Amino acid sequence: MNATAHDAADRPVIPRLELEGVTKRFPGVVANEDVDLRVMPGEIHALLGENGAGKSTLVKCMYGVHQPDEGRIHWEGDPVTIATPAQARHLGIGMVFQHFSLFETLTIAENIALGLEDVNDDPRNLDDRIVEVSELYGLPLDPRRTVLKLSVGERQRVEIVRCLLQHPGLLIMDEPTSVLTPTEIERLFTTLRQLRDEGISILYISHKLAEIQQLCESATVLRHGRVSAHCDPREETPHSLAEMMIGSEIPRAERPASTPTPAPVLRLDGLSRPTDDPFGVSLVDMNLDVHGGEVMGIAGVSGNGQAELMRLLSGEDTSGDPTRIRLGDEAVGGLDPAERRRRGIAFVPEERLGRGSVPDMDLVENTLLTGAYQGLVGRGFIRFARARQLAERIRERFDVRTPSVDAQARSLSGGNLQKFIVGREIEQHPRVLIAGQPTWGVDVGAAAAIHQALVDLRAQGCALLVFSEDLDELFEISDRVAVIFNGHLSPAKPVAETSYEEVGRWMGGLFPGADGGSTREGAHDVA
Amino acid sequence: MMSLKFEKRPEPSRAMLYAAPLIAGALTLAFGLVIFAALGKAPLNAFYVFFIQPVNSLYGLGELTIKAAPLILIAAGLTVGFRAGVWNIGAEGQLVLGGICGGTVALVFHGVDAWWVLPLMLLAGTLGGMAWAAIPALLRTRFNTSEILVSLMLVYVAELLLVYLVNGPLQNPEGFGFPESRLFSESATWSPLIEGIRMNPSFLIALGALVGLYFLLSRLYLGFQIRTAGLAPDAAHYAGINASRMTWLSLLIGGGAAGLAGVNEVAGPIGQLLPDISPEYGFAAIIVAYLGRLHPVGILFAGLLMALIYLGGESAQIALQVPDSVTGVFQGMLLFFILAVDFFVNFRLRMARRSQEGTN
Repeated sequence: MNATAHDAADRPVIPRLELEGVTKRFPGVVANEDVDLRVMPGEIHALLGENGAGKSTLVKCMYGVHQPDEGRIHWEGDPVTIATPAQARHLGIGMVFQHFSLFETLTIAENIALGLEDVNDDPRNLDDRIVEVSELYGLPLDPRRTVLKLSVGERQRVEIVRCLLQHPGLLIMDEPTSVLTPTEIERLFTTLRQLRDEGISILYISHKLAEIQQLCESATVLRHGRVSAHCDPREETPHSLAEMMIGSEIPRAERPASTPTPAPVLRLDGLSRPTDDPFGVSLVDMNLDVHGGEVMGIAGVSGNGQAELMRLLSGEDTSGDPTRIRLGDEAVGGLDPAERRRRGIAFVPEERLGRGSVPDMDLVENTLLTGAYQGLVGRGFIRFARARQLAERIRERFDVRTPSVDAQARSLSGGNLQKFIVGREIEQHPRVLIAGQPTWGVDVGAAAAIHQALVDLRAQGCALLVFSEDLDELFEISDRVAVIFNGHLSPAKPVAETSYEEVGRWMGGLFPGADGGSTREGAHDVA
Repeated sequence: MMSLKFEKRPEPSRAMLYAAPLIAGALTLAFGLVIFAALGKAPLNAFYVFFIQPVNSLYGLGELTIKAAPLILIAAGLTVGFRAGVWNIGAEGQLVLGGICGGTVALVFHGVDAWWVLPLMLLAGTLGGMAWAAIPALLRTRFNTSEILVSLMLVYVAELLLVYLVNGPLQNPEGFGFPESRLFSESATWSPLIEGIRMNPSFLIALGALVGLYFLLSRLYLGFQIRTAGLAPDAAHYAGINASRMTWLSLLIGGGAAGLAGVNEVAGPIGQLLPDISPEYGFAAIIVAYLGRLHPVGILFAGLLMALIYLGGESAQIALQVPDSVTGVFQGMLLFFILAVDFFVNFRLRMARRSQEGTN
C-alpha cells in the first residue's frame, strides 16, 4: 500500500493496468512469483522473457483465465478481481492469442459476431463496422470471406479487429509476430503505433529482442517467473536485454569448416502430392538437392506444406511416386519409416510428445522407438542393457537434465526432451537428418546446444534438412536456404548470397516458380 | 457460488494405481453385503456362503480353477489388444466359435480312441476363434470400421450359429430331439489332473498364457511395438510400426485365446455341445483384464476373484435362495468400482468458488 501511495505521488498519470506482487502457483511449480507490472495509457509495454519464464501464465491472470494466488490487480487505479475473460473484456481488456480461436468454416463477420458480447446488433450493421474499423487501422478485411481461405496474417487481423470493436483500453498481444512474414510484421507495427497514438495501451509479449527495441517504450523482463528488470528497451542493447532475460549471454553455435560432398545425398526430383485433407496443402513439383556436410534450411510460415513434406520424407506418408525422393541413387519414396531409418535417414518431428517420444514410457524405452535396429534388439528380444547404455550416453553427451533415464518422457521439460530426441537421432549416425522446428518452445540454453549438435553433425558429413519459422535460427546454422510457400519450394540460395529481406519476400510467395495465382495475403502485400 | 469441478492430477500416484483394484474389491464386498442385508439375509452368513464355503474344500478349489482357467486365458489374450489400443469386446463370440470348431472335430472323430484327437480339437478351436476375430480385423484395417461394434455384434451371430448347429447338423441322433450333441468320447475330453476333483490341464494352459504374456509385454520387441501403438499411435507411426499389423496380431491373439478357452469348456466340464456353453466368460474376462491392470500377475488374482464370484453366485443361489443374477450384480459392481476408483486416481474433485471476494 505504501508503494502505491509513493508511486501515485511520483506519477500523476494513473496506470491503466497495474499488477502488484502477483504470485501464481501450480502443483509442483511456481509460475509467477511476486510480479509487479505497470502499463501506462498510450504505451506499448513489452513483456519479455524466454519460453517458460511465466509470460503466458501472467497474462492469463490479467485476462481472467487464471486467478492469482496472491497479489492485487488495479485497473485505472481501482482494485479489481478478474474472474472470467468476459469480465476482462467488459473492463476493456482485449487479447489476441498466439493460437487463434477462429472457426474455419464460418465467415469473418460470423466469427466476430460470436465473440461479441452485444449480440443484438444486426449483422449488416456489423459488416459495416468491421469494414470501418479495419480501414481505419490499416487492417483490410472482407467480412464475408470464410476464415478457411485466410492467411495467418489475415486471421490475426480478424482477432485484432474483434478486439478493437469492443473499444479496449488495453490490448494484449501474445507473440504476435511468430507466425508472420517480415512484411506482415511491418504492417502490424504500423497498426500498433497508430493504436498507441490514440491512447490505447498495448502489452506486447515476445522474446524477440530486435522487435521490442523497435516497438516498445517500456519493458518488464521475466526470468524463472520473477521480474528480473523493468527498463526502457530503447536505451538497452540486445546484449543487455538478453542478459536480463536469461542471466547470461546467448551462446551461438560454432561452425567448424565443412566441405559438402560433390554428389547430393538427398534429392527431391519433381515431388508432388495433392492433398486429401480440406485443411491441408498440396505439394507441387518440389526440387531440392541436399549434399553431405551441409545444412539446408527450409524457411516458411507454418502451414505452407512443411508438415506434408516432412511426412513424405520420413516415410509416414508413402503415397505418390516413389522415385521422386532419392537417397543417393536409390528411390526411397515408397519405403516405410523403419526401412528408411535402416538406410540412414533420421528424423526429428515437430511434435515432441506423442510423436517423437511416447510420453508414458521412460527414456530407456524411448530409445527403442527409432534405435531398434542399432543392436538394441536381438532375436526379437529387447536388449535392455544396451538400450540403457544408449539412453545414458544420450543423457551425458547432450546434457539432458533428468534425475534418471528411468524418468518418463512426459516428465522432462520441452527443451530437455528435445535434446534427448535430437541426441537419439544423432546417435544413429545418420546419412541424412531431417528436423522440424528443432528448437520451437525450447529455452535459449537448450536451443544453443541443439544448434551446436546439428552443426557438429554437419562437420561429420551428414546431410541436414532443417525446417523452421525462425529466420535467426536458419541464418545461424544453414549453409543454404530455401523457402516453402503454399506447397511450392523456392530454389535454394547460399546464406551468404541472400538476406533476411529476400527470404522474407520469398516467405510471402514472391520467388521464381511460386504459385502466382495464390490467394495468400503475403503475395498481395508486396505486389 | 460454489461449484465442484474435476481436475486432472498432474502425476497420478503409482501406488494408488495398484491399490485401486483392492479398493474396488473392498467396495464391491461392502456393497454386496449391504445388498444381502437389504434382501433380508444375514450379511455375515451371506459372506460365508458367497466367499468361503465355495473354496473351503479341495473339491471347491478345483472348481475355482475350472472357472478361473477360461477367465485368465481370455483375459491374457485380450490384454494384448487392450495394450495395443484394439478393443476386442467379442471374446464371448470367439469362445463360442472355438467350442463349435473343437466340438465338431470331437464329433467327427467320435469313437476314435487316439491321442491326437484332443490336440486336434485344441488347434481347431484356436483357429476358429482366430477366424471369428479376423472378421473385425479385416473390416477395421480395410474399411476403418469400429472393431468394438463388429466384434460385439458377432457374439450374437456366433451364439445363434451354435443354437442352429445343436438343433441341426450336430444334434445327437439318439438324443430324442433335445438341442445337444452326443457326449464326447474319452479321447476328446480332458481328464482331471487329480483324482476326485475336476481341475484339469486347462488351468495350466491359462498359467502358460500368463507367462507368455509376460514375455511378450516385458521382454519382446514385438511387445514394445504393441504398447507403443496403444500409448501413442503417432509415435508408433513415426517409428515405422505397422498399425494394421498390430490390429491383426491383437485380434488374432485375443480370438485364438478365446477360441482355445471355448474348446477347453466343451472338452472339460461340459463334455458335449450345448446351446449355451459359457456363462459369459468372454465378457467377464474384460473386467478381469482391467481389474488385473493389464498385467499378468494382476490378471491371475483378478481371474481367481472373478471365478470365486461365479462360484459364490451359484452357492448363494442354493443356500440363500437368491436369484442367479447375483453373479451379474457382483460383476457389475466390480467393474463400476474399478472404473470409479481409477477415475479418482487420475482426477481430483475440487471445490471452486465462482465469484471471488479477495482474501486480503
